Amino acid sequence: MGKYFDMLAEDVRLHEGLKACMNCGVCTAVCPAAEFYNYDPRQIVAIVQTRDDEEIERLLKGEAIWYCGECMSCRPRCPRGNTPGYVIQALRTLSQKLGFFVESEKGRQQLALKRLIGDNILATGYCLTPRNILPELHPEQGAVWEWIYENDEDVYGRFSDVYRREGAGALRRIDDASMREIHRIFEVSGGNDFFDTIEQHSDRKAREMGYDGATEEYMMQTYTYNSENHY
Amino acid sequence: MRRTSWQEYQKDIASDKYYYARSCIRQNFFPGSERAFLNILGRDLGIDIFDDPLHTSCTGIGYHSDVVPLETIMTVVARQFSLMAEAGYENFISSCITSFGIYNEVLATWKEFPETEERTRKYLKEATGRDLVKPRSIAHTSDIIFHHREAIARKAKHRLVNSHTGEPLRVVEHIGCHYAKIFPKSGIGGSEFPYVLAGMIETWGGDVVDYPERRHCCGFGFRNYLVQANRGSSVANSHKKLESMAPYKPDFIVANCPGCAMFLDKWQYAIAEMEGMTYGADGRGIPVLTYEEMAGLVLGYDPWELGMQMHQVDVEPLLDKLGVEYSPEAKYLGANGKYIGKPADVAVNCFDRRRIYEIKR
Repeated sequence: MGKYFDMLAEDVRLHEGLKACMNCGVCTAVCPAAEFYNYDPRQIVAIVQTRDDEEIERLLKGEAIWYCGECMSCRPRCPRGNTPGYVIQALRTLSQKLGFFVESEKGRQQLALKRLIGDNILATGYCLTPRNILPELHPEQGAVWEWIYENDEDVYGRFSDVYRREGAGALRRIDDASMREIHRIFEVSGGNDFFDTIEQHSDRKAREMGYDGATEEYMMQTYTYNSENHY
Repeated sequence: MRRTSWQEYQKDIASDKYYYARSCIRQNFFPGSERAFLNILGRDLGIDIFDDPLHTSCTGIGYHSDVVPLETIMTVVARQFSLMAEAGYENFISSCITSFGIYNEVLATWKEFPETEERTRKYLKEATGRDLVKPRSIAHTSDIIFHHREAIARKAKHRLVNSHTGEPLRVVEHIGCHYAKIFPKSGIGGSEFPYVLAGMIETWGGDVVDYPERRHCCGFGFRNYLVQANRGSSVANSHKKLESMAPYKPDFIVANCPGCAMFLDKWQYAIAEMEGMTYGADGRGIPVLTYEEMAGLVLGYDPWELGMQMHQVDVEPLLDKLGVEYSPEAKYLGANGKYIGKPADVAVNCFDRRRIYEIKR
């Protein structure tokens, strides 16, 4: 009893996010994710504070912890000073460390996020760059984005003298020495290990699901598939 | 009775000598806004602001997608602060609301849990050889425009007034969740009575629209947009805001966060394409501006030099109301002044009513 809670308690966000919840439900009332998904942050916090291993393991392997958008609307409204969004962050981190995230459809999407955002940080120093916002993956970005994407040198060149080149300005190429520092930061602070953990557990699950490992095809499945069982 | 509760949430904002940290989202979607901010501060107001080519992303989108660990983002943030100190600055200003929340969260965590600061110092030294120096002040770039709003008003070429009727323009403002919901004391007006954008609007002659879902999330929700399968959540939340504000007939929306500005613009396009529904006058969308664009128009900047051609919802109806002169031919010119073609016409801009009919049918 309490094994998973003790692991969660190693995360400072659990200390900051959960003192004692009285289950009033204000967090759920203001939660944008709770309006859309079958999601109740009040219930998540209630489960975590029971310290029940079985219940917490079910959370770590389930869909619910992945519905939150981390907008933190819950934080200023909680009358007890809790932050369910921080509790969610601690749960998601533990779910990935233990490899439980691959047991849910929404959890498996972490592979797509690691590759689309995480790998881009290591490649460019930015979370996103125009060249990785592909119009075919982003139809909602519309006709203007397609025009920007197809004419990027010209469009960005109007606002930046250093588009994809070194120097001060928008969308500059980050110099090699700075990139080496970022790589070293990821190495010493556990960022690379965390990425590897996501890849390894995804690869295991992909094989279980009949893929030839965590291939591009499997990643795209996690990125696009929606069972419609979340509402 | 006019609400003055925002005055309870004040913070010290430095007046000069800023270290500027760019934003992944803003430079992607609103590079003209970043340039305008630097020009307004440096050229128009004569303020010392440093645009450092060495800093990187704060990695905040990765952190809030739960793929970048807390220890890693803390060390990346520590590097940004060290770069600021090495450049001789103490006032760190961020062009991104996600980053602004991150910087505040990291500083608060170091204060609350000193062992995390010690660990970060160790990682930073080991990874980069640098020493952590914390900033004297942290502000969002909109705080800086707010701070100098009277000086901008004194140089104004346009006011936020309908030049045909003389009536104040009706403006919806959206401050973005991470501006003040994480640390209400770090935002002007806190999370309940946000005043950072409202103060600009009022000073420059506009009227702020108060509507039911003013505090609601724009719909980003990180993984709820970044993963294609989850985007229904994102558009549903933008839809809720648009439905709530539409009866108040806003002339435009201004957003604090570059992500919010982009989503409130792009999701209007998607909703028009999917549902045939538009929220502005005459079947068009509601123009969505960044606060730098709003300040730039007030100061008489050319809209295309501000980058407003990169919006999906056309801004021309707003420019006409403001009495801003612009060249339609210059809208789609590239870096060297050559015409590079233009985007396809779409329903949200409503140039062809028949298309709306086809979508609905």
